Amino acid sequence: MTTSTTLATENFSMQKMFKTLSHLHVVVGTLFIATLYVTICNLFFAEGSFLHVSDYTVSLFGKYLCYALLALAVDLVWGYCGILSLGHGAFFTLGGYAMGMYLMRQIGDRGVYGNPDLPDFMVFLSWTELPWFWAGSSSIFWMIAMVFIGPGLLAYVFGSMAFRSRVSGVYLSIMTQAMTYALMLAFFRNEMGFGGNNGLTDFKEIAGFSLQEPSTKLALFIITAVALAIAYWISNYIVNSKMGRVVTATRDAESRVRFVGYKPEHYKVWIFVVSAMLAGVAGALYVPQVGIINPGEFSPLNSIEMVIWVAIGGRCTLYGAIIGAIVVSYAKTRFTAIMPEAWLFALGGLFVLVTLLLPKGIAGLLPNLFDKMSMFKSDESKELEVKDKKEATTAEVK
Amino acid sequence: MKRIFSVLLTVLLSFIISGQALANTPVLTDAENTATDPILTELVSKLPATKLKKMLPLVEQIAAIKDDRTRNVLELMLNGDLYYLKADKTVVSALKNDDSLYALKNVLTDESLSPVKKSKIRKVRTNNSLRGDIRSFIAKIDLTDKNKDVRIQAVKQLLDNPSASGLEAVQSLISQEKDKDVRELMNVTLLLNQLKTGNHAQVMAAITQLQDTLEPSVKNTMVKMLNALPETSKTAEQKELAKSLTKVINAIEDKRSFFEVVENIFFGLSLGSVLLLAAIGLAITFGVMGVINMAHGEMMMLGAYTTYVIQLAFPNLIEYSLLMAVPAAFLVSGFVGIIIERGVIRYLKGRPLETLLATFGISLILQQLVRTIFSPLNRQVQAPEWMTGSWVINPVFSLTYNRLYIIIFSLMVFFTLLLILKKSALGLHVRAVSQNRDMARALSIKSDWVDAITFGLGSGIAGVAGVVLSQLTNVGPNLGQAYIIDSFLVVVFGGVGNLWGTLVAAMSLGSINKFLEPAVGSVLANIIVLVGLVLFIQKRPKGLFPQKGRAAD
Repeated sequence: MTTSTTLATENFSMQKMFKTLSHLHVVVGTLFIATLYVTICNLFFAEGSFLHVSDYTVSLFGKYLCYALLALAVDLVWGYCGILSLGHGAFFTLGGYAMGMYLMRQIGDRGVYGNPDLPDFMVFLSWTELPWFWAGSSSIFWMIAMVFIGPGLLAYVFGSMAFRSRVSGVYLSIMTQAMTYALMLAFFRNEMGFGGNNGLTDFKEIAGFSLQEPSTKLALFIITAVALAIAYWISNYIVNSKMGRVVTATRDAESRVRFVGYKPEHYKVWIFVVSAMLAGVAGALYVPQVGIINPGEFSPLNSIEMVIWVAIGGRCTLYGAIIGAIVVSYAKTRFTAIMPEAWLFALGGLFVLVTLLLPKGIAGLLPNLFDKMSMFKSDESKELEVKDKKEATTAEVK
Repeated sequence: MKRIFSVLLTVLLSFIISGQALANTPVLTDAENTATDPILTELVSKLPATKLKKMLPLVEQIAAIKDDRTRNVLELMLNGDLYYLKADKTVVSALKNDDSLYALKNVLTDESLSPVKKSKIRKVRTNNSLRGDIRSFIAKIDLTDKNKDVRIQAVKQLLDNPSASGLEAVQSLISQEKDKDVRELMNVTLLLNQLKTGNHAQVMAAITQLQDTLEPSVKNTMVKMLNALPETSKTAEQKELAKSLTKVINAIEDKRSFFEVVENIFFGLSLGSVLLLAAIGLAITFGVMGVINMAHGEMMMLGAYTTYVIQLAFPNLIEYSLLMAVPAAFLVSGFVGIIIERGVIRYLKGRPLETLLATFGISLILQQLVRTIFSPLNRQVQAPEWMTGSWVINPVFSLTYNRLYIIIFSLMVFFTLLLILKKSALGLHVRAVSQNRDMARALSIKSDWVDAITFGLGSGIAGVAGVVLSQLTNVGPNLGQAYIIDSFLVVVFGGVGNLWGTLVAAMSLGSINKFLEPAVGSVLANIIVLVGLVLFIQKRPKGLFPQKGRAAD
């Protein structure tokens, strides 16, 4: 109880702190500069040049940005609403499958079996027609709609049931984990019609652009960066809106929010659905950049890894989630390349150390830095901060 | 051990007694055994030179000799592995090895000869009709074997593929057979023959006597007979036959389906007891202490690897390895558990989500540790003799010993734990601390110490569960992960902090799973159970048996 209260205080005071020099500007600015840098270095510097960024690296960065978007989604529910979802991998993967289905249909008759309508794996299973849920999957609008509807619907159904019956805390975490585990088992079945064990792969092109082309890769990277910026803006808007305040209040004292007259479950479902949709978008952008989607993405381990990004970056700060995702993913890439044995040791050690020693994550180290930057903190916000601290201490005493 | 002795003794006695009565059958008593040795050698040495036409009498003579090697010679001949050296006509068994050479073994002296090329040896001649005869000779030898199981196997063989000479042998042996099971099976064999070949009165009598028999071939024969009857214009006899056949077949069917249900329940309970073992440690750490231990599965994995290490360390004591592994695994996992509690979990008291993450990190470290030490490949843990085999209750229903023992063992663990929690001083302290830590401390209970011991106890039991799992699944670094979600669900489903709830939840989940399995397949059954559970928890967030009172909130 005490920790979440302090976290709330921290968050609240930081919002005040950044009112003038918004971290929204900082993050979006950084993102823009980074994207510009990668684009220029990829396009205008020849291979071999010191400044050259290879196509592979572009895709890799694109992947990291997808993870960052996903971490943002996790942070939205965990950091601001206190829902520790161990099933966000499910939303991510569902979004990925929506994109995968579209890409699968884009292959057309260039597959191994050359069937113009059916994807290869269906021909292999000697199916004669598309299952009903594949109807419309060749349209890009259908795909975009499904990226939102698939994860959103699952989150809505699951969330409204769980939150209405006031399943919370650890129970909810275990339920979400069971959900993604069940989905994984289901998608491993060939009968599900999603390619079973192998998933969907061998994609050729997206909206008419070949996925092998460097320019497409770069474009996907830029799109991901833009999506991340938009998502960041949306998340920032939400947490600072009146609704977001209720959500944060729900995290800290659900009963009190209820007594005041709000319906916390409505807010929870709402934020859960938004978060699931963001995760779905991340999945959809992820698939064309890595070229495959399979049921392994549903595995509970993946979902927990997302949580650790947020924990390491710093929950309750949106930029913390992004930093965490990128730092951990980069470390993973490096570690698994240099000494694959050590990666799980390192990751496991990070889990333990961060939870024990760094409850606010990397972002917890940053505010001092920001503090110096925002010299023009108003007196009003200072007063509020003091008030907050008082409240926090009284809560602790209680 | 004593029982085996007495069985052996009875069988031996029965042989000595029956020996005299069997003077006219080609079976000789033990007393004459050694005397026939030169005869066997002589007869076997005739094999290479004998023409196919005259083979049958020779083989019959060989089969008549009561010697342990006889059966081997016949079996080799049946399988076409009996050869002789062209050079000196020594009869040998030959097995082709990798480099197109044949490994030879003298069939009489059992000594290995140096491998030779194919051109040096020649097969002892047989043909189909001879092979049929050999089969029945072997059956006869088996029918008089000292070992009851061998006799039962031989009768079963005859039941499925009856031969005239085999039936004859059964007929003559049935009166001397002392073992009830074997005699019954012999009787069924004869009745089945009567059913097939007898006149109407005999057939009707056979049907009545066979109505309680569950042997599959009996039912098959009856169904065949019923189908062979003409659809219309039956004679009075045929009508009567059809009527009683239908009745008996239905009765057999009913019995079979009854036993199928019983078997499903048994499988369900056995799966349930595995779940129980996996979840029960968690019921303590999570249910009683409120600690979310994501490394619980890895505690089981450690237990399984302890079994593996013990088998490595004592390769001659495989029979006792499990008995040694249970306490060892308890200590190893319990010790690791205490270290985790002291090192990490106690600093995260009252922060369940952080505990979850930290223990998950620990689980990753433990997995990688095992991967580094033992390799990422699965390790083979041997099953002791007494865990293998099954208890055959009737032809359609048998219980495998390993599942049976696991059910018993898991219940033992459960009740031991229940006793510890309810009756011992430690249990009292554990419950006191979990209900009201401050009050307990005020009453001079060392809450830190209680926490460590409780966590060690829960982890130790997970280790014991690992020993059991090593008998059922592959022992690998991912062993624990497969069970962690199920275990949590069992505890949540049963109601946190309620051991009886865990028992009921585990057993019912296991049974539901096994009853769904035949209808939808195991993966879908698993999914349905998971989804059902998630829905159930939405309806009753506190599980089947919620704790009453304010403490639950």
